[in-house]
Amino acid sequence: MIGSASPLAGYLLVAALMFAIGLAGALTRRNAILVLIGIELMLNAANLNLIAFWRYGPHPEALTGMMFAIFSIAVAAAEAAVGLGLVIQIHRHAKTTDVDQMNRMKG
Amino acid sequence: MLEKADQVFVLLLHWLVGYLPAAWQPAAGVLLCVVAIIAVYPTLFALAVLLERKGLGRMQNRYGPNRVGPFGILQPVADGIKSLTKEDIVPFTADAVVHFIAPLVLVVAVFMGFAVLPMGRNMVLVDLDASLLFFFAMGASTELSVFMAGWSSRNKYSLLGAMRAVAQMISYEVPLLLSTVGVVMITGSLSLVDIVDAQNRYTWGLAHWNVFKPWGLAGFVMFVIASMAETNRSPFDLPEGESEIVAGYFTEYSGFKFALFFLGEYVGMFGIAGLGTSLFLGGWSSPLAILNWVPSWIWFFSKVMVWICFFIWVRGTMPRLRQDQLMNFAWKFVLPMTLLNLLVAAEWRFVADLWLRWIAGMVIVVGAYVLMGRVGMRREHFGPRTYRYAE
Amino acid sequence: MSFVFYVLAAMTLAGALAAVLLKNLVHCALSLTVAFAGLALLFLELGAQFVAFVQILVYVGAVAILVVFAILLTRSAETPKAGGVFSRTWLAGLSVAAAVFAVLGWAVLESTPWLPQTTEAPAADVEQIGEALMSRYVLPLEIVALLLTAALIGAVIVAMHEKEGAQ
Repeated sequence: MIGSASPLAGYLLVAALMFAIGLAGALTRRNAILVLIGIELMLNAANLNLIAFWRYGPHPEALTGMMFAIFSIAVAAAEAAVGLGLVIQIHRHAKTTDVDQMNRMKG
Repeated sequence: MLEKADQVFVLLLHWLVGYLPAAWQPAAGVLLCVVAIIAVYPTLFALAVLLERKGLGRMQNRYGPNRVGPFGILQPVADGIKSLTKEDIVPFTADAVVHFIAPLVLVVAVFMGFAVLPMGRNMVLVDLDASLLFFFAMGASTELSVFMAGWSSRNKYSLLGAMRAVAQMISYEVPLLLSTVGVVMITGSLSLVDIVDAQNRYTWGLAHWNVFKPWGLAGFVMFVIASMAETNRSPFDLPEGESEIVAGYFTEYSGFKFALFFLGEYVGMFGIAGLGTSLFLGGWSSPLAILNWVPSWIWFFSKVMVWICFFIWVRGTMPRLRQDQLMNFAWKFVLPMTLLNLLVAAEWRFVADLWLRWIAGMVIVVGAYVLMGRVGMRREHFGPRTYRYAE
Repeated sequence: MSFVFYVLAAMTLAGALAAVLLKNLVHCALSLTVAFAGLALLFLELGAQFVAFVQILVYVGAVAILVVFAILLTRSAETPKAGGVFSRTWLAGLSVAAAVFAVLGWAVLESTPWLPQTTEAPAADVEQIGEALMSRYVLPLEIVALLLTAALIGAVIVAMHEKEGAQ
């Protein structure tokens, strides 16, 4: 079994699966908000990787992975705020949040 | 003897757990503490509801409940039986699953916060390293349950109330968090146990409570305001403004689920009062050194109850704010003041001279409040009121 | 691999799956919250207490609420009448995601023998994190502060009505 080898492998697999789910969501859904949800899932999967590597890595006392995760959370929050603001503005402008219909470069 | 009275619950726990095999003891201890928390706070909730109804009644020149039992003291029991036996109605168009989960999420999140509150000497369930952060994380998750309740009811009043509640709680969470940062800066710890321990010292017989210092007093005032808004208490009770939107986000709840919302709201109030007590009012420590013989848990719970009485008093006194007033107050007054308070706390931390730091701190705090008051008054044009009567 | 890990992983992944598969967008946002909370619990399981609480505070308390607000403001909760919820090119998207997962999973499984085996949890109390943030990571901290301010102002301006006099 994978897990019996190293607990790290289990966390990495979960993160990989979560990343794939997020990517699939971002690529296949039509609603712009769901695309953002997919991106958030991918960022969270990356955070799980960072924390797992911090925990099982060679130098946990340096806190590098943890710091990376904290900064990544802060940046992701900023990204979500701006992204959702853009979605609201696009909805106001084009009356739709369907990414398939946002195919004009002219306003 | 008095030592024993102070530690009575801790000793009781050890005595009860002592009958179990050693392997089970930690888990059983935690379980017993959880049971105690789940038993004590709903009891206090019943007491607070009675107190609120009686107190509000007196403030409004009426008796309040006085039919059930002597002086109406059994009213909470009657209320409980009523809400348990009432039919649980779920609206036909409601999202049944979310509608069911919302009150559970609220109650669970609210009770989780008590895990880190020190309710007496050695009386804390888990002494986390970042317990203040944990408490706020739990408080933040109640917002979502409010939204779930309002949205799943498929009722315009519910949705309006939920949106109001969420907007208000998000806006006031920022000053609530910032007002506690001063305490964290001075104590140098996010652990509530450490924060209370740091206040449990005495000079000339008077306790070192944070509220007795300039940054602490300013932070305390801001914390009280933000905590009232955070728990949707009057004058910030727009989310359930009964004259506008029926009952806000729990309009479509009945029976036991309504009781859970009611319970969640009051227990949330106890939680935030307990947090404020631990941060600013010295937690379980006594105000005067000569009163140290009173058991620590009595101090904690009486401070919480005084805090609740203050909430009731404010509810009986203040009119409800308008939505724009609410938001302006949060972003244009409370938030700048809490940011300024960080400056005062930093000054207190780094100025070594006792008199200089008192004077500088007081000057900044009082000056800022006077200035803000002046500016606010000039814009608002408070004049003689004109009353219009119905003809 | 403990039992707790499997439960938490299942909860997180189920939340994530539901978040991308459900039709009603509000349900998606709520499932997303489940995924966030499960992830916070996984962080706790890994011993990263501080990050777990920050995760709940930021994601459950703020990002999920933002998503919900955006959904209600754009009226996306109503499912579209025609065309379903998936894009026309969903097959391509799905195959890309499957390919990415295949590569990542292959890499993890192939490298299993070399993965470290440490079992004792490293200590990371708030004091250490604070000291690291104030010494070695002070520049990133300042940059994040600047970024957050810029994002705050930017989000307000982007989402603001362009009409005169409206807030």
